[in-house]
Amino acid sequence: MSVAANPRALVIKLMFIGTAVVILLRLLFLQLFEDKYKIMADDIAIYKKVVFPPRGTILDRKGKTMLYNRLAFDLTVTPNKINKNLDTTELCNALGIDKTQFNKLLQRVIIKNGYRRPGTFIEQLSDEQTARFKENMYLFDGFELLERSIREYPNSSAGLVLGYVGEVSPGMLKRDRYSSYTQGDYVGMSGLENGYEEVLRGTRGVYFYERDNHNRLTESYKKGSMDTQAIAGRSLELYLDAEIQEYVEKLMKNMVGSAVAIDPKTGGIICMVSAPSYDPNLLRGRDRSKNYAALNNDYKKPLFNRATQAAYPPGSTLKPMTALIALDVGVITPSFGYPCGGGYYACGKRIGCTHSGGGHAANLRLALAYSCNSYFVHIMRLIEDAKKFGNVKRGLEAWHDYSWNFGFGHPTGIDIPYEKGGILPDSSYYNKLYHGSWNSCTNLFVGMGQGEISLTPLQMANAMCIIANHGYYYTPHFVKSIGGNPKDTLLTPYLKKHKVTRISDSSFAIVALGMQDVVTHGTGKIAQLPNINICAKTGTVENKAAIDGVAVKMQNHSAFVAFAPRENPRIAVAVMVENAGYGATWAGPIASLIIEKYLTDSISTKRKYLETKLMNANLINPYLPKIEAAQRFRDSMRYEMRLVNKKLEEREKYVKDSLLIRHYFEKIYGKKLP
Amino acid sequence: MAKENTSSFNRIDGITLLLYFMLVAIGLLSVFSVEYRSADPNLFAMSKGFMKQFMFFGVAIFVGVIIFFTDSKFFSSFAYLFYAIGIFLLIITIFLGKDVKGSHSWLGVGGIAFQPGEVSKIFTALALSKFLSSPDTNFKTLKHRLIGTGLALLPCAIIILQDETGLALVYFSFFLVMYREGLPNIVMIIAISIIVLTLASLLIDKAILLYIILGLTLIAAYFIRHALKRDMGVRIILIGIFSICILFSQVAVPFVFTHVMKGYQVDRIYSMIGREVPEDYQSKTTEGGKKKSGNASDYNVTQSKIAIGSGGLLGKGFLNGTSTKNDFVPEQNTDFIFCAVGEQFGFVGSLILIGIYVSLLFRIMFLAERQRSAFSRIYGYCVASIFFFHFAINLSMTIGLAPVIGITLPLLSYGGSSLLSFSILLFILLRLDVDRQAMIR
Repeated sequence: MSVAANPRALVIKLMFIGTAVVILLRLLFLQLFEDKYKIMADDIAIYKKVVFPPRGTILDRKGKTMLYNRLAFDLTVTPNKINKNLDTTELCNALGIDKTQFNKLLQRVIIKNGYRRPGTFIEQLSDEQTARFKENMYLFDGFELLERSIREYPNSSAGLVLGYVGEVSPGMLKRDRYSSYTQGDYVGMSGLENGYEEVLRGTRGVYFYERDNHNRLTESYKKGSMDTQAIAGRSLELYLDAEIQEYVEKLMKNMVGSAVAIDPKTGGIICMVSAPSYDPNLLRGRDRSKNYAALNNDYKKPLFNRATQAAYPPGSTLKPMTALIALDVGVITPSFGYPCGGGYYACGKRIGCTHSGGGHAANLRLALAYSCNSYFVHIMRLIEDAKKFGNVKRGLEAWHDYSWNFGFGHPTGIDIPYEKGGILPDSSYYNKLYHGSWNSCTNLFVGMGQGEISLTPLQMANAMCIIANHGYYYTPHFVKSIGGNPKDTLLTPYLKKHKVTRISDSSFAIVALGMQDVVTHGTGKIAQLPNINICAKTGTVENKAAIDGVAVKMQNHSAFVAFAPRENPRIAVAVMVENAGYGATWAGPIASLIIEKYLTDSISTKRKYLETKLMNANLINPYLPKIEAAQRFRDSMRYEMRLVNKKLEEREKYVKDSLLIRHYFEKIYGKKLP
Repeated sequence: MAKENTSSFNRIDGITLLLYFMLVAIGLLSVFSVEYRSADPNLFAMSKGFMKQFMFFGVAIFVGVIIFFTDSKFFSSFAYLFYAIGIFLLIITIFLGKDVKGSHSWLGVGGIAFQPGEVSKIFTALALSKFLSSPDTNFKTLKHRLIGTGLALLPCAIIILQDETGLALVYFSFFLVMYREGLPNIVMIIAISIIVLTLASLLIDKAILLYIILGLTLIAAYFIRHALKRDMGVRIILIGIFSICILFSQVAVPFVFTHVMKGYQVDRIYSMIGREVPEDYQSKTTEGGKKKSGNASDYNVTQSKIAIGSGGLLGKGFLNGTSTKNDFVPEQNTDFIFCAVGEQFGFVGSLILIGIYVSLLFRIMFLAERQRSAFSRIYGYCVASIFFFHFAINLSMTIGLAPVIGITLPLLSYGGSSLLSFSILLFILLRLDVDRQAMIR
């Protein structure tokens, strides 16, 4: 009965087994050792669809929308689906185009996408076009409206704060932050759009579908278990006051400069204007690149955020800080006076002072109120030469540390990108500049805010917050809450109170009183408001520019810093108007109008004339086009030089390599390389 | 009579029947999974292949019951008559056949189409069994051997005339039966060697093949080294076989490819196994430098390999086969049904399926060997051979080991003719097995 009894049966059995083994080995190879089939199978049968969620909106402190998504419609057409009896005239009428245009647009779609795939016929129809098309949509087979969202700025202001979105650039794609993006994705390019990109963009939805051999989608892959839902971007609620922002932009429309207002209690930015400003609605939609080029070429540089990126010598606005440092170091007391007779002569050279009247610097408050230059260069020297530091270098280091703590010399950490830190000189800076031989006479100008120091308007406003708060500040920031949550992890760095100095309360109090005197009877009387104790400091910044190779003294920058009310500060302001003149003439009124508007919600009729004066002024430096052109030329030369250097380096390397090859060729083969 | 019938039902071989049901069930599920669309509301509509196949299965069971109520002597008695009918059907098909996919091997009778070539496998098996088991037959004589060969190859020749080469080749499986019944070893060895060498020349690189042959010869020489020392004849035989193998694979095949066949023919042969033409032979195939591709069978095998290969160890899971579900593999219901198993159940599933097939083959051989009558035994071997041939060639072609010739996977592939003919083949064997103690002539 046994099968094995017959040897031929055994042979046949072996044949069966052998064949099965060969097939199994082949299967083993196909299914377990080769990965490519899995990839190929997914490639042909799985279609990945990415859905972009709507971007988050941005609201101001009062809940007013500053940035939202408007639905726009693209008109798409699938050429082979167009009805043969299409009433072209009707369609042309609805869209407001003529027949030749119609044919041209259709040809373009056919060339680009062929007959079977839908292509964009007209991008972003106007509301009127959309409405008229929708009315008779049933007549136009093959034409379809495709929804897409466009960022809309209803206030047409705060362009640099809000930023704009654009297609991600190849350079950005190389960075870690944008590693999840692909070519063609939209991304926040600047301002809050960039700073809070991760919040605003939401979560992209990825849906996997199966498709069949005719490229038709059949069903969702693995019943959708691998899909991720699109989650809409969260909204941002700002401290920014849209009304004030718009108002200040209007005030400064004929100036170059900037104004920053911060709530010292929270670090929330109330307004940040960089003049001249631009309409952010220019940088969206189909004309974005054209408008961008125009703005970028404007000599007034509207795309340059002067509030965070331009650094100016602060001028006299630095004097309160110098006073605080001197008080804390102990080189002066509030009653310390300096016998200024209209100038400072101790270092051999005269340093002028606007006031010469006797006793205008008889004590600290008076010196602040009348902005006595002699007083402050003197106390600067006293700080540097203070006995307790030993030498001038240590003295300057001590001053540098105080100033660093005031937020100078480094970016404050605001929540929009590309912030600059300004310049804060330390002893190594002067060592380099003067080859190690310098003394307190060398840099006494710094005490009055001239010379090597430069600050951004944001840093100046932040310093006002520190004085207003008697020694602490919150990192200036725009965002109050994210999606209604004020404790979002992204906001934790801004909830931290920075206690920056151990300067005593009484020092702050006396400086604040001095600053109040500035407004009541000093240099800044123009900023006076009834029933509000404003503390302020004017600044008039001397500056020079190279015009045709010659250093020419330009009109002074007009600067003004303030906070109010003194008893319970609610707003701190810094205003800088380039090449305008005295601080009290131009920057002062702007600052006081901001304060008035913020604290009282309106401008009293008595002060309306200031508005008119500011709006009608034309303070744009006539040299600006020249300066700007020279700057651009220098930049382009620098770029060219870099390129040339790079090429030279490459060439040098090439020559070296070939020499080396020749050398070794001769050594090895004993003959010259042909 | 009634009592005898009940007892005959009890003696049906359960294991074979179980394996049969398992395979049919796997086939039904495969066809279902291929047609499955989650969004389809009419999953069980009668127009679906799955439901049709289920119906065919019902018919097969019905025919099976009829077979069990038939006297076992009936099959041997009428074997020649059936054979004659089969040949007749095949011949009229040449003239009346419908054109289906390039061959006219289908015969339509009142709305039902069937392939006589499938059915005549049964008749040929019966006739060959009858002839070989006849007491008048002496299979050691050349005359009877030729008659046997003729019986097996006559339908084959007619089917080739119907342009259904794949089906025709199945009839060569009867050589396995004849080998079991006394065909000389040498015939078998030469036949298998030619098949293996031809496939090897196609699938394996020429140089590598040379080393393999050399290695195998040295191993063989080692095992028969004593004989080699003693006997001059053995040496000559060994060297002769070696030389023939080398000549065949290194000279004859390249010569045929480069000088005898036209470029497109070489292209076709390689595309049938889903491979690119090796560079050595490309000079003939390329015209203008660019290789022709996109041949239909080339596409089939590529897609089939993708489907099976993407299954991995455990497969993508039932109803999750992205390639098979979305019609990427052509003919995936019929010739390429194995893709459904390979993709959805992976290597493990394939292993189990092959295990079931091998078990079935072994069981059939076991049944054959326990028959008292020669007719039943030979018939059993016929069944095993036909199953084996289909199974081996079908799987090999789906994984690119053999050329794509339209051959179904027994009991799994969709199609009434195929399912019915394999069922009947098996049921007749089971019917004969019930009466295994009887002498059937």
